[in-house]
Amino acid sequence: MAQYNLQVNGKKVQVEVSPDTPLLWVLRDTLGMTGTKFGCGIAQCGACTVHLNDNAVRSCSLPVSSVGNNKITTIEGLSEKGDHPVQLAWDEADVPQCGYCQAGQIMSAAALLKRKPQPTDQDIDTAMAGNICRCGTYKRIRTAIHAAAAKKGGKS
Amino acid sequence: MSASIVSRRSFLKVSTLAGGGLMLAFNGLDKVLAGTVAEDVLFAPNAYIKIASNGIVTLMATNPEIGQGVKTSLPMLVAEELDVDWQKVVIEQAPLDTVKFSRQSAGGSGSVRSSWEPFRKAGAAARKMLVDAAAQTWNVSPDECVTENGWVIHKPSGKKLEYGALASKASGMTVPTEVTLKDPKDYKLIGKRIPNVDNKKIATGKQPFGIDTKREGMLYVMVARPAAFGKKLKSFDDTAARALPGVKNVVSFDNKIAVLATSTWEAKKGRDALKIEWEDEVALESTAEHQENLKKLTQQKHEIPKRTDGDAEQALAGAKKVLESVFEAPFLPHAPLEPMNFFADVRDDKVELYGSTQVPARVRAEVAKALNIGEDKISVGVSRIGGGFGRRLQADYAIEAAKISQLAKSPVQVMWTREDDMQGGYYRPAGMYRYRAAIDQNNELSAWYLVASSVNQDNASRQDNFPAGAIPNFRVDSHRLNSAISTGPWRAPNHNFLAFSEESFLDEIATELKKDTVAFRLELLDRAKSNPAGKLTYDVDRYKAVIKLAAEMGKWGTPAGKGIFKGFASHFSFGSYAAQVAEISITGGKLKVHKIYCAIDCGRVINLSGAETQVEGGIIDGLGHALYGELLFEKGATVQKNFNTYKLIRMPDAPAIEVRFIDSNENPQGLGEPGLPPVAAAVNNAIFNATGQRIRRLPLSLATLLSDQVDRNR
Ligand code: FES
Ligand code: FES
Repeated sequence: MAQYNLQVNGKKVQVEVSPDTPLLWVLRDTLGMTGTKFGCGIAQCGACTVHLNDNAVRSCSLPVSSVGNNKITTIEGLSEKGDHPVQLAWDEADVPQCGYCQAGQIMSAAALLKRKPQPTDQDIDTAMAGNICRCGTYKRIRTAIHAAAAKKGGKS
Repeated sequence: MSASIVSRRSFLKVSTLAGGGLMLAFNGLDKVLAGTVAEDVLFAPNAYIKIASNGIVTLMATNPEIGQGVKTSLPMLVAEELDVDWQKVVIEQAPLDTVKFSRQSAGGSGSVRSSWEPFRKAGAAARKMLVDAAAQTWNVSPDECVTENGWVIHKPSGKKLEYGALASKASGMTVPTEVTLKDPKDYKLIGKRIPNVDNKKIATGKQPFGIDTKREGMLYVMVARPAAFGKKLKSFDDTAARALPGVKNVVSFDNKIAVLATSTWEAKKGRDALKIEWEDEVALESTAEHQENLKKLTQQKHEIPKRTDGDAEQALAGAKKVLESVFEAPFLPHAPLEPMNFFADVRDDKVELYGSTQVPARVRAEVAKALNIGEDKISVGVSRIGGGFGRRLQADYAIEAAKISQLAKSPVQVMWTREDDMQGGYYRPAGMYRYRAAIDQNNELSAWYLVASSVNQDNASRQDNFPAGAIPNFRVDSHRLNSAISTGPWRAPNHNFLAFSEESFLDEIATELKKDTVAFRLELLDRAKSNPAGKLTYDVDRYKAVIKLAAEMGKWGTPAGKGIFKGFASHFSFGSYAAQVAEISITGGKLKVHKIYCAIDCGRVINLSGAETQVEGGIIDGLGHALYGELLFEKGATVQKNFNTYKLIRMPDAPAIEVRFIDSNENPQGLGEPGLPPVAAAVNNAIFNATGQRIRRLPLSLATLLSDQVDRNR
């Protein structure tokens, strides 16, 4: 067991867990933040995607000991009011079916748009290939990312 | 629309809410579903309306939401007839309650088909009582009153009252025995695009799923289960596990060992630290021997056919030419993205169960039996569910959680890893399908004989599927191969593979007869109508209409772009007709599916957005498994353990999809499944058009084209 000071969604939190604990379980079990999901545990499905300093990472395969001072953003902290362009686009395109993968999809999409505000279909393929949607909502995910990009472009 | 007579006065129960609102519960309306095909209709769910005095209308979502959209579409039915403002409706997920509701489950594409009548009638009855209440208040005739968006309006005077203001009075009104349903042309919700009611919560991480269940004092559990089908527990040593931080308890039952800890990770480390010896209980099975045994069975006639019209054997014996093809289906895990998990808190006097299940009533009944506790002591809460695909029709994981809670005397959340889930059983069974077709002297298809074999299934066929009815000599046999590997329903059971084999084989026959594959199907359907052989379970005209629409959408008969090849397939399942055109290309030995056009007739569409996404998702699901899905066994253990080796379709492989619904006034039919079956054959037939070679096993592998050139004309 060891103590870690983490920065989660702009807040400092202290946890005491064993160093090999994946960030995913620290978020879900220790901090009770269950928006980030578990799907495979081996960085294959993307359900556990969070941002580490704006980059999409798979929290199931990131030991808490390696997080350090990096800023963690989870789906709960992506926006204050649930109005991140990606979140709004997800509702408008009516993306979710079961919804389980969608937190991870949204985090990957948000990281993509941060890096590439106007992504091509090819960019979307590459950035989203790590996120499985078992319900098969890929078409709407693509639509929603383009819509969010258009919205962002319009705003800024 | 004509008035529907509700004969049973008892169908509505009225009570007044604390705070003076109107509450209507309705149960057990007639389950008559005119025009529905009685295939797997298992469910006649009921609903629940609450109108608060502040005008907020709460509609209960009675059925488990697994991504099929019923949490949105079923309340829409009530809201339509209630004539309420959808923006003001609150949807609440109902727990299992067999007194208030009847069947609460998700499966067989049955929720909307069985709710279409009763849910609308419930909305209409509530509306009538609100109108009566307003009429009484104004001392006017109810006939002079209309409703709009949650208001009752007295037409002659223009007086208005909101439902909320009428709720208390309405609860004293007589329950109508007769309700008038809306004329469909007046629908404000049905047929429109209504977004999933949980979208905002899902997009912000606030929507809990079963796996997110937390309770005071709860422990997280990981279970060591037999590492292979056919093995049992010999002995174990938990000394090291118990010494680990966070591990609170270890219990063993039913050949399993459960480690309870204060977090999922600690439970997993505890489980990893167990020293376990397994021993073989029965012979361990492998894929190679399944295949061999299944193949053997397809060579045998079954004494009792599943269907027989004319004499297929005789027609085959006298044929000018016989075509024969064998199609192979692998095992498939359901692999919903939310792995199995369940919460249980078993006390002496009561049991709380909570989580992701498609069948809460079954869970309660089976847990009651397993624990020897009365059902009345058990509550089952239903969370939003991270996918089911049939896996959550089983109660095994809930029973397991309950047993652990009972043994350890603690509330528990049992967590399955993906590897646990993959080895966890209840798979789509492997099977083999041997087809023979006779071409007679007139170059007509005169006989069709399918001999199917499948693991743990008495009938791996759907013997009445088209082209049954269109062929004078027709026979279907099905053999069972027993296995220790557990199997169960998987999205569109049997249809999910049969559409591949039937529609690929029909394509082979069309090619042999030098006929266009679409024209050939239409010709067969005409035959089925003018001169049916045996019973027909599908509507020829509706079948033809989707085939024609898909052909039109995919510009069948005109060449696609350079290097693009088309394929066609159609299938009828769960009351709905689907036809698809696939556009593919093959470059450098790699298959790319560019676009799928899908025409579908599911009767009336309830929620256009939800309906479309079901079909899109079904196509992606069917395509993904056609491209990659294969669970192999080696000595009773799955070879694939997680998504690195068990491949699922991802974004770069997802084709463009265009879906069109036949405009229909027919009763709504199933939609969670029917979009899936045709796609594998549509793609396979396109592969033939591109390469001149046939693939007869899933997953589709272009590599087999070179090594596996089975001559179809034996
Ligand atoms: S749970 Fe982390 S990638 Fe699947
Ligand atoms: S919406 Fe169900 S897994 Fe993506």
